[in-house]
Amino acid sequence: MAAVAQNASPHPVPQDPVIRVEALQAHYGARQVLYDIDLAVAPGEIMVIMGGSGSGKSTLLRHLVGLSRPTAGQIDLLGLDITRARATEMQRLRRKIGVAFQGGALFSSMNVLDNIMLPLREHTRLDRKTMEIMARLKLEVVSLAGAEALMPSELSGGMLKRAAVARAIVMDPALLFFDEPSAGLDPVVSSALDDLILKLREAMNMTIVVVTHELESAFKIADRITVLDQGRILLVDDVAGVRRSDNARIQNLLNRRADDAEVDAESYLRRLTGTPENAMATTDEDAGAS
Amino acid sequence: MLRTAEGIGRGVVRGAEEVGFACALLLESLLWAVFGPARRQPVRLSAVSTQMMQIGVQALPIATVLAATIGLMLAIQSLYSLGLFGAESFATVGIALSVVREFAPLIIAILVAGRSGSALAARFSTMMINQEVDALRVIGISPVRFLVAPALLAMMVMVPCLTMWAIIVALSAAGLLVTAALGISMGAYLADVIAALSVNDLAHGLGKSVLFAALVALVSAVNGALADGGAEGVGRRTTRAVVHSIAAIIVVDMIFAFVVTSG
Repeated sequence: MAAVAQNASPHPVPQDPVIRVEALQAHYGARQVLYDIDLAVAPGEIMVIMGGSGSGKSTLLRHLVGLSRPTAGQIDLLGLDITRARATEMQRLRRKIGVAFQGGALFSSMNVLDNIMLPLREHTRLDRKTMEIMARLKLEVVSLAGAEALMPSELSGGMLKRAAVARAIVMDPALLFFDEPSAGLDPVVSSALDDLILKLREAMNMTIVVVTHELESAFKIADRITVLDQGRILLVDDVAGVRRSDNARIQNLLNRRADDAEVDAESYLRRLTGTPENAMATTDEDAGAS
Repeated sequence: MLRTAEGIGRGVVRGAEEVGFACALLLESLLWAVFGPARRQPVRLSAVSTQMMQIGVQALPIATVLAATIGLMLAIQSLYSLGLFGAESFATVGIALSVVREFAPLIIAILVAGRSGSALAARFSTMMINQEVDALRVIGISPVRFLVAPALLAMMVMVPCLTMWAIIVALSAAGLLVTAALGISMGAYLADVIAALSVNDLAHGLGKSVLFAALVALVSAVNGALADGGAEGVGRRTTRAVVHSIAAIIVVDMIFAFVVTSG
């Protein structure tokens, strides 16, 4: 296996990572949102990707699970470069990946049991009875037994997220991704969900990637934390390393302080007048010439 | 001026992109329908039959009312206008051809666009915004196979069926008025209708309805897939889907009639 990129990571990088990202770049239209992201996650590790709003963490997650194609760079999941993989290879890989979305993303036309059974129906030839037993087992794991017949609209926020986790783990994936598991939940439910993530890793030895902006949650569950800021990795380190970082932006994030606004008189004036950058320069030159 | 031209240019490019997207959806849906079973990823019949119930069976009452109204309206207008020349006896031919070739397919297509097209667009938009479509993709399920293909197939089966039903109802309703006005029996009226129509006329009407069905399904799917911006985005896309579907139906109707009749 190729050497793992060491960018921005003072912490030992795993030798045989199950997730390896190299020089990843992503754009929304003309706007670049991720810059040369290098990342490696070891088997059985819980990696938390942390950052403020607009830092690019959700975009990075979309790329990691193959929902968006990067402009440049490479993403290896379980040894498969998903940026170049064929459809059949991706289809095989999908069985080994689970994703729990921020809002649950349960199918509103199906009850909880059918939602959880859907991956089994699509990827296995099991009979319905066996699939039901497997789905109920996962509901037990996420402490949601008895909710089989409920529709997603009948679930609370915490129950929705638990049901989404049950669907994500029903195929016993090797990699599990969480998008903002604590978002919108009260502290008690949020803490219970953190415990569930730790329990899943322990019981099923999954590699887990969690995208969050909740510090408490991140510090509780993370083996290592990747701090993203404005599309760039600021730091990859363990919890203690992140806490003692002297990077001002990380300290601002940890202490919930807003970054000082950049004071640039020229760009401020440009924003106010709606003048493009080069037009301003031309105007200055014209004034100088006259 | 430059900005207007730029705006028009952008609109044309966006329109062309959406047409391309619709063609890709059509092709992919048909490929899934044909080759899906061999890849152990069939278009699920249960999903198709659910859609058929919603699009076809549940639309029967309103389709019946609309078709009967159109039939009666055509009979009134035909008897009046032909009566000006003393040619009321030709009303049956006019009504039969108008209903089968034009009115039944058009009215049913517009009804389905408003009723089922809007529902499809709203459903797809909501699923996009709630990340349900993303969830399908990460599970390894093609959203086209799971969502678009069942709706498309159900539309392409049920819209011609509804059109056939509308033809029967409209002609029967018109018959009530025509028989009373001309003093002929229902049997004689129906014999005149059958004599006035050919298989080509029926193929013309039903063929068109299959095209309209595909248009409604694809326009709704494209609008749903491009949804963003929360609840407002769902509303905007749903309205746009209905307006574009009806506009597309009318334009395609004209092109279809021109191509078929000029041949």
